[in-house]
Amino acid sequence: MTSSNVILSIEDLYVEFHVYEGIARVLDGISLYVRERERVGLVGETGCGKTVAMKTVMGILRSPPAHFPKGKVVLAGKDLLRMGVRELNALKGRVVSMVFQDPLNALNPVFTVGTQIIDVIRFGKHGRVSNDYLRKRAVEMLQAVRLPNPSRIMKLYPFELSGGMRQRVLIAMALVNRPKLLLADEPGTALDVTIQAQILSLLKSLVEETGVAILLVTHDLGVVREMTTRVYIMYAGQIVESGPTPKILDDPLHPYTRGLLASVPRLTGEVLAEGIPGTVPDYTEVPPGCRFHPRCDFRVDQCSQAKPPVAQINGERQVACYLHSSGGLE
Amino acid sequence: MNDSILRVQNLVKHFPICSGLLGRVTGYVKAVDDVSFDVLNGEIFGLIGESGSGKSTVAKTIMRIYRPTRGTVYFKGRNVSNWSKETARWFRRQVQMVFQDTKASLNPRRSIFSILEEPLIVHRMAKTRREREEIVCQLLEQVEMSPLYMYKYPSMLSGGQRQRIAIARALAVKPSFLFLDEPTSALDVSVQAKLIHLFMNLKTQLNLSCVFITHNLSLVRTICPRTAVMYLGKVYESGPTPTLFQQPGHPYTRTLLAAAPTVSSEEEKVKPTSLSKEGEIPSPANPPSGCTFHPRCSIAEPICARELPPLLEIHPGHFVRCHKAQELVNTANLGETSSCESSARGGDI
Repeated sequence: MTSSNVILSIEDLYVEFHVYEGIARVLDGISLYVRERERVGLVGETGCGKTVAMKTVMGILRSPPAHFPKGKVVLAGKDLLRMGVRELNALKGRVVSMVFQDPLNALNPVFTVGTQIIDVIRFGKHGRVSNDYLRKRAVEMLQAVRLPNPSRIMKLYPFELSGGMRQRVLIAMALVNRPKLLLADEPGTALDVTIQAQILSLLKSLVEETGVAILLVTHDLGVVREMTTRVYIMYAGQIVESGPTPKILDDPLHPYTRGLLASVPRLTGEVLAEGIPGTVPDYTEVPPGCRFHPRCDFRVDQCSQAKPPVAQINGERQVACYLHSSGGLE
Repeated sequence: MNDSILRVQNLVKHFPICSGLLGRVTGYVKAVDDVSFDVLNGEIFGLIGESGSGKSTVAKTIMRIYRPTRGTVYFKGRNVSNWSKETARWFRRQVQMVFQDTKASLNPRRSIFSILEEPLIVHRMAKTRREREEIVCQLLEQVEMSPLYMYKYPSMLSGGQRQRIAIARALAVKPSFLFLDEPTSALDVSVQAKLIHLFMNLKTQLNLSCVFITHNLSLVRTICPRTAVMYLGKVYESGPTPTLFQQPGHPYTRTLLAAAPTVSSEEEKVKPTSLSKEGEIPSPANPPSGCTFHPRCSIAEPICARELPPLLEIHPGHFVRCHKAQELVNTANLGETSSCESSARGGDI
């Protein structure tokens, strides 16, 4: 993907950790892209490498222990992995920023909300700016995330806010330096469904208003359906399927996506499937070929020999599975 | 109802708020405020609501982890409100609880064997270590885990495995009733699906009844035949889950349903529109007057702020506490509109 409106593209990225047990290849050649103003989802279960992918893009993955033997992470036209610390810091906040899962842990308990937002604005600006400007901008941002009475909230400490308000403060902090890409790591998981729905609709309208693109990392397929137009499904460090969200969720092609969707209880009360047999593999001893094959009901001999090629379906969907590479299943 | 195994009547739990140097009581947090329900024999009864609505406190008060302020609890026809030593021993052996966070509910410094043998010692169910080892082996097999896990520690297990241990511990004393407090909310969906299947099998095998506390509405719809919706310590709606979901009679139930994340287009069709304004659950220390949902309700009228609505039976077994319940049910976008005669009844959900 080299078209001009792509803000983030990850190309065949490998990330390894050298640990006592051996080499843990946590990302095994993933590729994805996010266009400007796009809402993209990255879905996978615990331990599938979502957070590692996210931290790589944010440039906060420490190396060592992480190694990047292959691949590129191109953010706004520059390769992140070949960048110095200074260059990287210049991108943080202004090109890419992040909203974390647990809003209480992400805020500093001993400073007021105002102080923390102003810190972020200062970080994003070169040279001196007036205190008036900083304050005005912070209040403006709190207003933008629909917090009532922003000048009062500026003086409060994080513990004085509810979970939903904290998450709004974090979103305000993430967007205050007008980034082009927002990484959202399970932004509603720690909240109630009603509050989660409010936060998600806020994020959606902020995309409209500010033109920021969102890469939403989550394990909740319902949230992905609500929030995104395109989705990548990840399993054990590989992207198994990608395409337009409604199509993937209504008609999954990869056996893993199918198993995952069948495990989600439905509001219509359908019978729940028994989950996917087995567990996510240990990264130091991953199965060869398609990493899902030991748990797959449809596996064939090829699956354990080589990584399945990515098949294009109707030009808009990609699936990495031998069932689809030779022209369709069943 | 003769076949009810657990009957809760007008249960109240108020926590005092102490302040000042002398620790004088300056107010009460009304965590559970006049809650009544029945759980039938062999049934999974769902209890849903946002955090802070008092779901867990209901369970903990019935379990006598908290001392109830008022109210009566009948278990198997026996009044367990008079908490004597003898009642306690009997009740606690019959009724067990599985908690949400296994990191907190399983002692990290004790081996799985030591965790599972404790209830056996407390209830004097096995004298020798050999007997206990045998029972622990059986328990592990019951939750589909290898007996080899006996000498591992909770930190060595995955979230799903730890929750299996928690279930095994609850089953150790052969209870007939379980309180499940969000047992799967920290787990991935594929792990959750496996655990739910395991649990449903155990429930049939051992003829368990239970109260399933959760905020996952889809899960309630899938496994609970009857459900109650709680908000700020009160039950605002209860009834058979399918009708409750198809014809929600309380704006709060509608709001919850509308906010539930769903994955398929079919589910989108059954979701009602939300009837709430933006806002969060108020503090139970200072709940709003009348119907406590009225400040968030988009169809609230002056009467809602003045009076707590009576409990109406809008369908057989389907109770709603809302001044506008009849109207809401008639305009429900799904199913037939029923002209079921509404009758005011109190305290008999």
